[in-house]
This record gives sequence, structure tokens and C-alpha cells, in this order.
Amino acid sequence: MTQFDMSKNEIKVAPNDGSYLLDGYELVCGLEVHVELATATKLFSASANRFGDEPNTHIDPVTLGLPGALPVLNRQAVELAMRIGLALNCTVQASTFHRKNYFYPDMPKAYQISQYDQPINVNGWLELPSGKSIGIERAHLEEDTGKSTHVGGAGGRIHGSAHSLIDFNRAGVPLVEIVGRPDIATPDEARQYVTELRQILVAIGASDAKMEEGSMRCDANVSVRKPGAPLGIRCEIKNVNSVRSLGRAIEYEARRQIVLLEAGEKIRQETRHWDETDGRTHTLRSKEDADDYRYFLEPDLVPLDPDAAWIEAVRAALPMLPRERRNRLAQATGVASDAESIMVIVERGQDDYVLAVGLAGGDVGRALVHVKEAFAEQGFNPAVPAGDLAGMIILETGGKLTSTQAKTVLGELVAHGGGDATAIAAAKGFEALDNSALEAIVDQVIAAQSESWAKYCGGEEKAMGALVGAIMKASQGKADGKAVTALLQAKRS
Amino acid sequence: MFRQSLDWTVEMTTIPSTAAAIADAVRSGVLKATDVLEAHLERIAEREGEIHAFNLVTTDEARAAASRIDADVAAGRDPGVLAGVPIAIKDNMCTRGIATTCSSKILEGWRPPYDATVVQRLAAAGAVTIGKTNLDEFAMGSSTENSAFGVTYNPRDITRVSGGSSGGSAAAVAAGFSPISIGSDTGGSIRQPAALCGVVGVKPTYGTVSRYGLVAFASSLDQVGPFSTDVRDSALVLEAISGHDPMDSTSIPQGPLSLQGVLSQGVEGLRVGRITDMPGGADPDVTERLEAAFDALQAAGAIMVDVQMPSMKYGLTAYYLIAPAEASSNLARYDGVRYGMRVNAPDTNAMYSATRSAGFGDEVKRRIMLGTYALSAGYYDAYYGKALKVRRLISEDFDRAYTKADVLLTPTSPIVAFPVGAKSDDPLAMYLCDVYTIPTNLAGHPAMSVPFGTGAFGLPVGVQIMAPTLGEQTMFRVAASLERSMIASGGG
Repeated sequence: MTQFDMSKNEIKVAPNDGSYLLDGYELVCGLEVHVELATATKLFSASANRFGDEPNTHIDPVTLGLPGALPVLNRQAVELAMRIGLALNCTVQASTFHRKNYFYPDMPKAYQISQYDQPINVNGWLELPSGKSIGIERAHLEEDTGKSTHVGGAGGRIHGSAHSLIDFNRAGVPLVEIVGRPDIATPDEARQYVTELRQILVAIGASDAKMEEGSMRCDANVSVRKPGAPLGIRCEIKNVNSVRSLGRAIEYEARRQIVLLEAGEKIRQETRHWDETDGRTHTLRSKEDADDYRYFLEPDLVPLDPDAAWIEAVRAALPMLPRERRNRLAQATGVASDAESIMVIVERGQDDYVLAVGLAGGDVGRALVHVKEAFAEQGFNPAVPAGDLAGMIILETGGKLTSTQAKTVLGELVAHGGGDATAIAAAKGFEALDNSALEAIVDQVIAAQSESWAKYCGGEEKAMGALVGAIMKASQGKADGKAVTALLQAKRS
Repeated sequence: MFRQSLDWTVEMTTIPSTAAAIADAVRSGVLKATDVLEAHLERIAEREGEIHAFNLVTTDEARAAASRIDADVAAGRDPGVLAGVPIAIKDNMCTRGIATTCSSKILEGWRPPYDATVVQRLAAAGAVTIGKTNLDEFAMGSSTENSAFGVTYNPRDITRVSGGSSGGSAAAVAAGFSPISIGSDTGGSIRQPAALCGVVGVKPTYGTVSRYGLVAFASSLDQVGPFSTDVRDSALVLEAISGHDPMDSTSIPQGPLSLQGVLSQGVEGLRVGRITDMPGGADPDVTERLEAAFDALQAAGAIMVDVQMPSMKYGLTAYYLIAPAEASSNLARYDGVRYGMRVNAPDTNAMYSATRSAGFGDEVKRRIMLGTYALSAGYYDAYYGKALKVRRLISEDFDRAYTKADVLLTPTSPIVAFPVGAKSDDPLAMYLCDVYTIPTNLAGHPAMSVPFGTGAFGLPVGVQIMAPTLGEQTMFRVAASLERSMIASGGG
């Protein structure tokens, strides 16, 4: 379903038909990500940087842009910005602040203080789990605006609203804008980029990076072209509020542009608004309507020139980054570094825990599986002591617990925040079924089910199912399925 | 020197005319701060009607402050180096709970929730604020005729302007309403009215006095400084208000200036520079006084040297791009929403428009337009960008000049106080008033004006002493020397 409305140079493409790459076009996408820094106070004043409090409680003359108030740069914000830059392989350099002049009610000074031609971090890259590198052009410091709430208009938009309310708690909150190079070629890469970036930001303590709460905001610059052709005209997509929406928005926008081009139309450079409800992007403003920001050097601040010792101290204090943590866990477990289990565990920050279970004597591979399955609700520091989980895994790998029993014991450990696996197993009646006892049961069943046994020996693998089922029943569930299969195979050959 | 005796008698007690003498007397218990205050309030009652130095006289707050000073002295506590000294504050500095208007209708009714750092430091030194003085709206002007609340007249001749933009502060000191006052200087706004009113006025090095709480006009040029009747009082005030302020990022990280100790050092061997290629236009009566100043300094042992400032003639043009550019950004916040006046209209945009149309005066609107244009895409390089280059060239001129000279001398103003209305319709003629004062603002250097006799119509003439960054001590030695020579010649 495609509707053309050429009078508005607008085209509506049905959302989500899954065919975004048409006729040999390729996608060129770069992301601009704003993150709120996890500082105690605002970028230029001593008011608290806190989300979710009563409106207009974290304000002061600087935040409100009162006449005569002056900004003073927050050292912690600079340090967090440097952490971000260093974690993204950027060069940290001497920088300056500019005034970006524009008039909007939630910007009390009528200008935003932002870094312009001399940002603090330049020329870095972020490596996706797949190994592909996405370039980072810059990551610069700037202040956030207040938050407007439009009352009475449709869908919370200003148009048609009866009045507007402004909360200045967010005004002056420190932001770092991370400008990625247009190296992203698929919506999935965009999702990976943002997911990886989020993990890095959380790992280094720079931001809680929650897209849903707005502490991480993502704009996508999207264009399409035939392979080898010059870059196409790009559109900037705003209002993308989740990783999932990001993929959808990019996919929709690429298809919209391709349909326009195929219809012989030109793409108009503009800013477009992603609408979550209809799954489409809509014109917000064209390039011609763009503000003239009249940038000039902020005379109320001095140049920021962190010395080498400070930069090196920040670099030295950086924690291990997600990519290194995945590699470390992959090495310990023998699982591929971009396997889902590795990704999930590192994202949850439970990799140290898994490795601790290994150090306590448990098999690291089993620990990876169990922690992934059973610890989704736990944080980076699960309640179950690593030694307790190791104890359970030792029983399991030693054949003392079947995998079903192991799961039951694990459930008990989680429910009680730890415990002695041996005692739990005993209390549940999961006493050990040693190999001679198991072999006796297997022999009994082979004798009783001679027909199935004959078929199995004749190469009919399906027949094994009946045998295993009977053995499990005879052992009252205490037999380990894998051990039974192994024993049957051994007896056949 | 045009200098009246401002000493007078209250109930058998003589009130000295200088801040230093008043503070000494109050600290030692010889005088009561309350008596000092009442004497000055009386002066205000007598002449304020014809001069209009103040937008607001804070009688009640001043009486309360003076009583606290007296209580401190009675209890054996030292109220500070400005104990009981009445002081007038230019009405573009924030005073907690007290209207701060910038002489603009747009700030009508606004009471700042905080004190400017300068105001805090003055109070901590025991000074008693007696009121907020008139200025050209948002400090844009050279005559205090651009005030929304009326002209400030020159106490030396009430048919003439007091200069500007700190005309109210200059007039307050010249009229004896307070021995000292505070102004701000963006392109000459302290020095030029000081010269026209016959008092001392100092613009210190950019960054020596905090700008926190000074309502910004052009942030990279604005600097706060004192007015006084003599050189020592300006030194005293500067010592009290200077020094690093963590609330102002452009504040120089160093302690307060130390100036009173150098005043008696003389100028023996100091190199005093004459700018041979100085832009012309000063009236003969003014240049005559400048020559007299050179002679006086030479007689006191200083060495005269010639220097060149080839870019100085472009200073005025550069200033009238840079200052309005910054002003256009600084003044964009006045929209009638959060504070100040509001003119209601059917919708929000119309309200902004109506508020600004009614709230800003013509000169302010002119500079907002000029500055917005200078910063606009497509014009930035030709105007604002070029002005910044001129600014650098002027700094380089100064750097070269100061390898030859320790201070430079020029007239403060090319003319003596002119009649009210004489230049109101000619902005360019008005801008020329600042031709000698602007270059130091562009360079961030200190400069001061000292009264040095009279010119046409017996009106005061000021001589400007300029010095390199943080050269205040040398500058004050020269100022004190000129003052001594005037007193010796009977001009005091």
C-alpha cells in the first residue's frame, strides 16, 4: 500500500513490510546520540541533577538564566565526558564552548551553551560485537533544556494547546552528544550500535542511558544510494524512543526514500518526526526553515584544556569495557564472543560472577547457561553466593544430579538466595544414582523391551525414545538422560 | 581640578568627604554610621530632584544597615574597611529583594533573589548601600539619556549630561550623595562619566572584579569598578571588591589588588607613553589638559615616550560589532514570561513581540538588531569575524606599546560634558564619545580617569591612564601623582 501526495513531496509507505532494501539500494546511516551524564549537579550550577522530582525544585539563578547569573563548568561532567571519549577511542583535546542562540520557552537564556568547532573528544570508533567498527566523529559537552508540557493540544503537541508548563529541573543537566559517522549499513547495525554504546556508558558510570526515560536520546541521519554512487540527500529522524523503534524508523525511512527515488522524485533534506503509533516518519521542518543559531564563543567561560596527567588518570581508571569482558568470558567458556549467552551475561554485568563460579570449582560453561537462564532478575551481583552455585554444578557435572534435578536445585538456590546444593538435593530425594545401579536398570529395560531393542540395534534410532522413556520411568526420574543415551549407544556397539 | 569641599557639619560633628576618612572615623567610634548616612540622605533630599542620580534610594535598608554597623562598633567588632561608608550602586547590579531595573521598562518589578558578588563584598566590608543609580538602558549609551526613567543631569551644570552609561553613579559622587559608588564599564561607561562629572573612575583589568550579578551587556567587555572623589578611595574600594570569585569563570584566580600602599611611591623613572597616531577629534581645551598632565608627570620625574597604535582607529567600529553581537544574545531572554514586564496579547508570539516593543528603548533595539545581523550566517565573517581580528590587532598594538611605555595617557573623553539633547538624535556622534576608552575594553586592560582641571565653560576634564593587564599599581601611582600636582597647583 503506497500513497503518493506529490504536492507535499510526501509519500506514505506501509510500515513494516520487511522489505526495506529494494532493487540494490544501500542504506547509509549515522546516529547522533545524546546522553545525560550521571553527575551530582548540573553542568554550570550547583543544583542537583535528578530525574523525577517535583517540577522546578532543582533550580537557581544560573539554571533559570536570571539576569547577571554566570555559568561555572562542572569538573565531574568534564571527567565523565573524557571517560566517554576515551572509552570510544577518541582523542581528548583542548576545547571551547559556544553559544547556540535560539529562542524557545524551555531555554531560559535563549541560548544553549554547547561545544561547537572545538569539541572535547574527536575521532574515535565503536566496535560492534560483530567486529565491525563504526566511526565516532566527536563527543561533545552541552547543556540540556527544560521540559515543556503542552496542555490541551492533540497528542501533547504545542499546536492547539491551551497552555504550556515548563519544568526547569532538566535545564542545565549535562549532556554529551556522540556524533557517529555514517558507517551504519543496516537497521540491525544501528540497534547493535546503540545497544553497545548503552552498555559502554553504563559500564563506565557515565550515564544510566535509559532511552525510555530520555537519559539517552537518539537521532538518525538516513540516506540511500545505489552502491558506488555519491551519498544521497539525508533526512534526520527524531523522536525515536527505544532501540526497537530505532530499527523500525530507519527501515521505514529508507523505504520511503527508495520509493520516492523510484518514482523519479527528489529527496528533500529535512528533519522528520518518527510516529510510534503509525510506524511512519513525518516532516517536522525542512532545511530552509532551519534556525540560524548565530554561534559565537561563549564569553562567560574560558577554554577547557585538561592536562595530560588528568587525561591519563581518567584513562587509567576506566573499567573493563563490554567488548573486553565478552572476549574474556568467551575465552573462559569456549563460547563465541558474540553468542547470545555471552552478550546477555555481559549486558547484565554478571560475567564477573560467572567467572567467580568457575574459580569456586564449577564448570564455567555450565555456569554461563545457568546464570543466563535463572538470574535474569538478579543484578550484576546475584544473591546466590558463587560458591553455592559452583557446588550445584559440581554435583551436576559429576553425574550426581540430572539436568532436570539441577534445574530444581538451582530454583531453590535462587529462591533462598543460596544454600548447600547437596543438602537441597538430599531433601528433594535426589540421591545419587551411581553407574552400576543405572546399568542394572538399563539391562532390565532392554530385557523387558526386546522388540524395541532389536529395532534400535537394527539402526532404527527412533526406537531409542521408547527405551529412554522406560528407563527414566523405572529410575523414577533419577537417571540422567545423557548418561542413559550414552549407555544405550555403548551397549549397541 | 574642579573639586568642591564636601565636608560638612552635622550636630557639631564634621562628616569627612572621603570614604577612607569616614571608615576610619566610624571604626574608631568617632562617628556613627547612622549620622553619616543621615547627612548623606539630607544631601540627596536637597539636590536629587534636579540631578536624578538614583532610580531608587533605599532609605530603610540603608538605615538598618547603618544601625548594624554602629552596633558592631559598640560591641567591639570591626565592621570592615568601608565601615559606615554610604555607597551608590549602578542599577544593573543585582541586589537581593531590591528592584534592579537596568533603567529598562522590561525589567519593571523584578527583584533579584540574589546579590551580585560585588554587592556582597561591599556589605561584608561594612559599606552601606544607599540606592541604585540611573544608567543608559542596559548600559548602552554615553550620556544617561537613554534611561527609561529619565536623564541624569551633571551636578557641575544641570543643563548638561552626566555622561554614561554609569551617569547616575558618577553624578551621585560628584553631588556628594555618597563618597563612593559602583559602575560598570563596557566601552568607557565608568571613565567617561567620571571625566564629565569631575570625579575619579576606574575600569580594572578584565577579571579582577567579579561579574557575577552584573546584568550582562557585552560579557567579554563588561567590568565593574569604582567612582570616588579622590584616587585613594578608588584604591580602597577596589581592594575590597577585587579578587577571585568562583562564581565567575572569567575571574582571575588571584587575591585582591593591593593599591593604597603604592600611592605615595611617585613616578620617578616611569615611562609615560604618548600615542602619536591617536585618532583625532578631541577638543583643544581637552588636549590642553592632556599636555598639562604630561608636563606634570615629567616634572615629577617620569620619562615621556612616543608609541604608535596603528589599529586604534578601528577600535570604535570593532566595538560596535562585538558589543551589540554579545548584547543580542544576552538580551534575548527578556520575553515577558518569567520576570519583568509583560504586555498581554492574543497569543504567545504576539505577547513576546508586544512586550519587547514596549519594554526596550530605541538604542537597545538598535543594538539588538545590529548584533543579530553581525552574527548571522553569511555576514559573520564580514562583520563579527573581522571585528574579532581587529580586536586582536589592537591587543598586539598595546603589547608593542607596553614594551616602550609603562602607562599610556590620553584624554578620557574628546569633549567636556555636552548639553542634554545635543547628541540624542545622532547615534554616531554619541558613539564617538568612547573613542579613547574602548580600546582598553577590547584588550581587557585596566584604565582610569582622573580629573585634571577644567576646560570649556569651566567644566571638568579627565585624563585617562591606561596600563597593561594587572598594571593597576603603576596606573594608580600615576593617578596619585597627577592628583598631587593638581592640589599643589591649587586646582584641588
